[in-house]
Amino acid sequence: MTTPLAGYLLVAALLFAIGLGGALVRRNAILVLIGIELMLNAANLNLIAFWRFGPHPEALTGMMFAIFSIAVAAAEAAVGLGLVIAIYRHTNTAELDKIDRMKG
Amino acid sequence: MPMVASGLIALLKRPHRKLASVLAVGSLGFSLFLSVIAFGHVLSGWAHGAMVREIVSFPWIHVGAGSVDLGWVLDPLAAVMLVMVSFVGLLIFIYSVGYMAHDENFTRFFCFLSLFAGAMLGVVISNSLLLLFMCWEIVGLTSYLLIGFWYQKPAAAAAAKKAFVTTRVGDVFFFLGIVWLFSSTGTLLLYNHGIGSLEGLALANLLTQHAGLGLSAAGAIALLIFAGAVGKSGQIPLHVWLPDAMEGPTPVSALIHAATMVAAGVFLVARVYPLMSIGAPAGGTTAALTVVTWVGAATAVFAALIAIAQNDIKRILAYSTVSQLGYMMAGLGVGGVAVGMFHLITHAFFKALLFLGAGSVIHGCHEEQDIRRMGGLRSDMPLTFLTYAIGMLALCGFPIFFSGFWSKDGILEAAQHSAAIKGPFYLLVFGALLTAFYMMRQVCYVFLGYWRGHQTAHESPKVMTTPLVILAFFAMALGLIGTPAWPWFHAFLDGRAAAISFHSLIEPSFLLVMATSTLVVFFGLGFGWRLYGNKSPKPEEPDALEKSVPWLWAPLRDRLYVDEFYGVTVIAFYAWWARVADWIDRRVWGGIVALVASLFAFWAQLNRLLDINWVDGGFDKTCEEISEGGGLLASLQSGRVQSYLRILAVAVVALALVLYWSSRP
Repeated sequence: MTTPLAGYLLVAALLFAIGLGGALVRRNAILVLIGIELMLNAANLNLIAFWRFGPHPEALTGMMFAIFSIAVAAAEAAVGLGLVIAIYRHTNTAELDKIDRMKG
Repeated sequence: MPMVASGLIALLKRPHRKLASVLAVGSLGFSLFLSVIAFGHVLSGWAHGAMVREIVSFPWIHVGAGSVDLGWVLDPLAAVMLVMVSFVGLLIFIYSVGYMAHDENFTRFFCFLSLFAGAMLGVVISNSLLLLFMCWEIVGLTSYLLIGFWYQKPAAAAAAKKAFVTTRVGDVFFFLGIVWLFSSTGTLLLYNHGIGSLEGLALANLLTQHAGLGLSAAGAIALLIFAGAVGKSGQIPLHVWLPDAMEGPTPVSALIHAATMVAAGVFLVARVYPLMSIGAPAGGTTAALTVVTWVGAATAVFAALIAIAQNDIKRILAYSTVSQLGYMMAGLGVGGVAVGMFHLITHAFFKALLFLGAGSVIHGCHEEQDIRRMGGLRSDMPLTFLTYAIGMLALCGFPIFFSGFWSKDGILEAAQHSAAIKGPFYLLVFGALLTAFYMMRQVCYVFLGYWRGHQTAHESPKVMTTPLVILAFFAMALGLIGTPAWPWFHAFLDGRAAAISFHSLIEPSFLLVMATSTLVVFFGLGFGWRLYGNKSPKPEEPDALEKSVPWLWAPLRDRLYVDEFYGVTVIAFYAWWARVADWIDRRVWGGIVALVASLFAFWAQLNRLLDINWVDGGFDKTCEEISEGGGLLASLQSGRVQSYLRILAVAVVALALVLYWSSRP
């Protein structure tokens, strides 16, 4: 017996909500980044689920989509962490509340 | 060809000294190259027995059914002038690199100089009197700018103004002549395949019209145009500007007042020579040519007389230029284009040589221009002395080896042959005597005797002496292309073949003229030597001539009072007239203007009140509102990333809810 589509979507929604919550309430920039990663992965889960239960599961479109998205997410995480480190070096803090000026 | 002229100028607005001089010299060198090509072209056409005359014309302005055409022409006359102007100009440019090396306005100088050279080339090759007039005026303008180049000196500024205004007097007549010519022939093109204003049809037409005073229209127009040439070439009575123009830098004096610009007037007369000579009876002459001859001869003697009693090295040369220009004019008047032009070309070379030599002397003597404070420079500046002596002998017309001899003899011979009038011949011979005398006086003062100045003199740098040497070579060699034995130059201008015949050298009439002029030259030189040779008078001592004939000396030294005469007549009249005009301006027109002005001021006050109370109020309110709105929006932009994200999240949730509720059936 397989899990229905609604189950996957529910898990993905839960994951997204957790990620959003993390991104909104955490003060540390790195933890905010982790929240964003969670949201992204929730979206990936949705992609896979819709592909698997979609009209053409034999075509590898959804899988490709997800793998592509993961690769982009990896690059994005690297860039994000680099930014955080640069900001930390500049302001000596990773607390987002204290980084409210747009210019150095 | 015209592109060279204009390109030359456009290129030269750079603030780099080196670049400016390189550009100026290079562009003129390039136009010399083109001139030589053009000259070669004309020459090869001539070798085939054809008179080359190439015309490029284009309509400039359309007026009603007709149009005003501009164009360029290349014929032997233009080709000769082209090569002369660009060659002498190039040497003078090179010389100025050395002469002006310490001037802070070096770039400006070369800018003006190139503009001048370009305009001058334009004068030479234009085929339309209007275009010629334009270039002519640019030449006048640059001469004004260059004479007043050291405008901090009041004398230079005044001289520039004087040159500009005086030549303008002639130019007004010139322009009247152009307009008259245009209205009676309908074209300003000189040559246009049979319908140009200098070709048969138009000339015959002009000849039949009468202008009063026994002149045909052709004669009257020719006289008007000649008036322009009088202004530019410094003939009596408009010669007063030329000696004053010596306030400019010496290369300018050489370029403008010796080689090219003043020659423009002579060139103009040569250019419109068909107009001058039309209607002459066989072997006779026309009224216009008679006037040209007399003015030229009178100027030749008049200026030579004044030159005797001057003490400024450049002023002597300036009066000598005026005098030689008189020779050219007389040559044109009695002997036709070739005679006058030949003297123009040779004169350009040796007078440029003399001026550059004088510049070298002035440079070497630390800006001293008074010949009484020089002396003995023969040993200090040997190269300058040598070249200067060659120039001086050429100017005097020393026999056989110097160009001035052949060209001056050509004029004398033509004057002697001229059937109608004999007076100019004697005047010109007398002028030759004076020329030899004053040049001897100058050379004795400057180069012989012992040094009377303060600081020791020194020879000039290579960049200045090299052009001197080249010019000296031409001052000697150029005569050979125009001797009676081989009248190459005359034949070239007339489009005939030149035959070598030594027989013409021993024709009795020519021998007589040659003997006369040789005698006169030797007499003048000898007399000068007797009075001044190796005497080295003190600067304070009166001149040798002054001691013997003081009653003659004083008026000559004061330049025969021409300036003073103008001062009490023309200028006084203008000053009076200006005062009258000023009074009318202030009282009559000024009153009307003030009335209108106060009306407008009242109206403006009214407008101002309306503006402040009404228009401004509304406008200010609007501005305030916009500013407040902006402040409100600005408070949203806190800079905190998470607050933005929060707003975004709330918005997305709200959107999702709305979509959810609205999609329910």
